[in-house]
Amino acid sequence: MAKFRKKKSGGQAAINTASLPDIVFMLLFFFMVSTTMKEVDMKVQIKPAQATELAKLEKKELVTFIYVGVPAKKFQSLYGSEPRIQLNDQFSTVPDIQSYIAQSRDAMRESDQPKMTVSIKADRECPMGVITDIKQALRKAAALKINYSAAEMVRER
Amino acid sequence: MGKREVQEVNAGSMADIAFLLLIFFLVTTTMDTDTGLARLLPPIEDEPDPDTPPIKERNVFTVLLNSSNQLLVEGKPMEVRELTEATKEFIVNPLDAENLPEKKEIEVEFFGTVEVSKQVISLQNDRDTEYQTYLMVQNELQRAYSELREDLAKRKFGKAYAELEKEEQKAIRSIYPQRISEAEPKNIGK
Repeated sequence: MAKFRKKKSGGQAAINTASLPDIVFMLLFFFMVSTTMKEVDMKVQIKPAQATELAKLEKKELVTFIYVGVPAKKFQSLYGSEPRIQLNDQFSTVPDIQSYIAQSRDAMRESDQPKMTVSIKADRECPMGVITDIKQALRKAAALKINYSAAEMVRER
Repeated sequence: MGKREVQEVNAGSMADIAFLLLIFFLVTTTMDTDTGLARLLPPIEDEPDPDTPPIKERNVFTVLLNSSNQLLVEGKPMEVRELTEATKEFIVNPLDAENLPEKKEIEVEFFGTVEVSKQVISLQNDRDTEYQTYLMVQNELQRAYSELREDLAKRKFGKAYAELEKEEQKAIRSIYPQRISEAEPKNIGK
């Protein structure tokens, strides 16, 4: 009997996988917490501008986005290839901005409303004319805290 | 009646379910943190207050950007990479030059009475200026301020600006206040 046992212990021992679900759950929770679902379909193409003195945009719920860029390929037959403004899921024009800002401000908690930030995400080749118009519209809508969205600059030097 | 055992749930497939969820979140995750340059727009005024004294010419650092993305700083053409140094010199006015901004003495915590220059940076652009160039200029202006603040923090507190206490940062900010005015739109021309 003793001989028999010795032989058996020489075989490959199976790894205990009982803690595998725990590990997987841990990873799962990490991704669940850090995840932000994509909220809008991008209808304009944006190659982000670059800068070095960046500040992080914190508190997503305080931020309203305005996208500016050339319409994506499939929309170009309908909307042309001039830079356009996208608010939420649709193409818009400058006069729409005021109601858009009012709308997103109403959706916020009252205590958060003064802290509202508008992030302008514009394509790097976009002319400033559109952006100046947006800035004027934002001033009229009394949304004065803005953020020019930019990515970290890749230094060539 | 026999004693009934509580049936155990088979947890063998738990790992599979968890994996499935994990993979779903892995795929849908986008971990982009949004970054950018923060600015405050001036409130809109129908009529300028007639009592506001006009800002003196020497206190204004005029930066113009034309439609071919060229810079004109205080009437002279300049490259973007030279802008930070020029801005810093303007803000500090080390030699008390006549054509650079005036200074005013204010009381600042930790520092006592300090001379603070009355600088204002005025940035104007054309409608056809490229966004990237505009942002780059904004970036360089901001860099001038952050470098000055960083210098002062190192000299006074021996620490980086970001590591200072809130109050200390505020003191430094009041010595080098960021005043970048993005002027009303106008056409500057080619």
